[in-house]
Amino acid sequence: MRCYWVLGALAVVACAGGDKSASANKDSTSAANGTVASSGADLTGAGATFPYPLYSKWFADYAAKSGVKINYQSIGSGGGIRQLTEGTVDFGASDAPMSDDEMSKLKTPVFHFPTVLGAVVLTYNVPEVTQPLQLTGEVIAQIFSGKITKWNDKAIAALNSGVKLPGTDILVVHRSDGSGTTYIFTDYLSSVNADWAKAPGKGKEVQWPVGIGGKGNEGVAGQIKQTPGAIGYIELVYAKQNNLPAASIKNASGQFIAPSVESVTAAADAAAAKFPPSTDYRMSIVNGPGATAYPISSFTYLLIDKTLVDPTKGKKLVDFLRWALTDGEKEAAPLDYAPLPQSLDTRLVARLDSIKVGASGT
Amino acid sequence: MTTGGAQATPSGGDGFEEGIEGSALGDRIYSSVIWLFAVCVPVLLVLIALSIFIAGWPALHRFGLSFLTSSSWDPVNGKFGAAPAIYGTLVSSAIALLIATPLAIGVSVFLSEFAPPWLRQPVAFFVDLLAAIPSVVYGVWGIFVLIPLLRTALIPFLRDTLHLSVIPLFSGPNYGYSMLAAGMILAIMVLPYIASVSREVLMAVPRSQREAALALGATKWEMIRGALLPYAKSGIIGGVILGLGRALGETMAVTMVIGNRAEISASLFAPAYTMASLIANEFSEASGDLHLSALMAVGFVLFVITIIVNAIARWLVWEVSRTGSKG
Repeated sequence: MRCYWVLGALAVVACAGGDKSASANKDSTSAANGTVASSGADLTGAGATFPYPLYSKWFADYAAKSGVKINYQSIGSGGGIRQLTEGTVDFGASDAPMSDDEMSKLKTPVFHFPTVLGAVVLTYNVPEVTQPLQLTGEVIAQIFSGKITKWNDKAIAALNSGVKLPGTDILVVHRSDGSGTTYIFTDYLSSVNADWAKAPGKGKEVQWPVGIGGKGNEGVAGQIKQTPGAIGYIELVYAKQNNLPAASIKNASGQFIAPSVESVTAAADAAAAKFPPSTDYRMSIVNGPGATAYPISSFTYLLIDKTLVDPTKGKKLVDFLRWALTDGEKEAAPLDYAPLPQSLDTRLVARLDSIKVGASGT
Repeated sequence: MTTGGAQATPSGGDGFEEGIEGSALGDRIYSSVIWLFAVCVPVLLVLIALSIFIAGWPALHRFGLSFLTSSSWDPVNGKFGAAPAIYGTLVSSAIALLIATPLAIGVSVFLSEFAPPWLRQPVAFFVDLLAAIPSVVYGVWGIFVLIPLLRTALIPFLRDTLHLSVIPLFSGPNYGYSMLAAGMILAIMVLPYIASVSREVLMAVPRSQREAALALGATKWEMIRGALLPYAKSGIIGGVILGLGRALGETMAVTMVIGNRAEISASLFAPAYTMASLIANEFSEASGDLHLSALMAVGFVLFVITIIVNAIARWLVWEVSRTGSKG
């Protein structure tokens, strides 16, 4: 009996407290908006960590320009897709396109809007090698499958004539945490090597045949720097900002291309020219066409509902996207992100019109 | 569990409550609130266990016992077996205790029996300070100091100079990132827990116990071995268990040095995996339902293993103190 008394009292206190904070919230939002009393007019999003430095600059700059505040949680692509599926955020963000299985669970169908491009760089620690190594997809697949185990293997030597390669063991380093970077890299290996496509296949986490795992780009890069003979893959932005050695990779046109903002944008440009007009942009551009295209490139996406039920939020989101695809793109390259090619920008801005805003959801 | 407790205490407090019945409403409210708090803890624990179990059920149901015995962790094809992670958690914790326990007991015996008073406080302070270092800092230290040391000195020494490579445990590759590295990092991390508890327990041993042994003509070493340590045994085991609990659940530092390879290897020099690292690594990007469920199931297995280990430890303490009091 005594317990009920206390429980009852606590419940009353809790209710009162909850009420108070709720009304306080409402007050503060309407005050922030100044005009409308609709609560939560700011936008929330969640997802990929890779573009977060760029996105946070976008959101800050856009807030300064338009007053629209966007709250973005960089919890990872998987988490972003989950939150979008549950309808707890206004938009999601992902490094890998959503799978058909994931799409089928959505209440509202979504558009994939590419924002910028990511690329994967092969970095290594071979003190004897001073100029960038040249590698092909086939050789990379063999190394990561454990079939090539020495640096002076014939296959590597044939691609790097004149380079003195040591006879040391190759140590493969891969990401241990789930990552869009791993997805792009394994997507590439699957597209150039039929055995890899069968197993381990492509994904944000795969069962690696050999090697050790590092957590995050910094974990992989750290292990490579520490261990002579190591090779691993990291995100282009991280590689550039830390001046890590990067292998030139042979693309589909037979050219060895060094990873750079320009060569990654070139890959998107060449690939986009072949997209059908009705594309949903869930397209892999690894090992794509283009003489100057870097072959291990990929889009990162914002995921936007095709029908935005809330008219206020919907308009704000579309306006933001329009700004991001035009002015926002100019901020990408200084931060070492590869911007979308002009051709694609135009097509995506045109697609913004097909988003239904304020249409009744019922 | 909670109902048993609820019945036990009122009967225990009956005499007291009857004496002051009606005199203090405040007391009753106070005791209710305290009750509520006390009940909250076990209820919370059960709810956490239950929700992890429910989340992990699809994977446990689908793979059954093979979830515990299979070594294949393949998110692409939806095959999940946690054996390497379970093995890695148990072995890395065992290495940690093997290294840390003698060290910790040595430190605490030194502090309670040998150290001059002016040295006692500073050394105790520094040992305790080890517990205050964030685990990510241990991880960074591991990457930049311990791993290179292992790779360039310790592993070549054990494997080649001492020719221990005939034993599978000490053969194999030399990356530095290894089960051994994880065990050593964990040893340093659990050391302060064991040392701190042991020191308190040793300090609490009555003076008469020491004096009696010395009066019988025991040397200082014989006194420590024959009178001090047996008296403090159950307390020291308690400290070791506290350390073990820490080692089983440690995530960040281990992830940074263990090499994260889901494979059971006989060699201590080979990369390995632990359950906590596996969850930390894959949770944020686990997109498939089965994958997520498998990670939750790993969490549940870790939970159960922790409970089993703690139960064994409690039993050990109980057994030791029982036989100790008999003898």
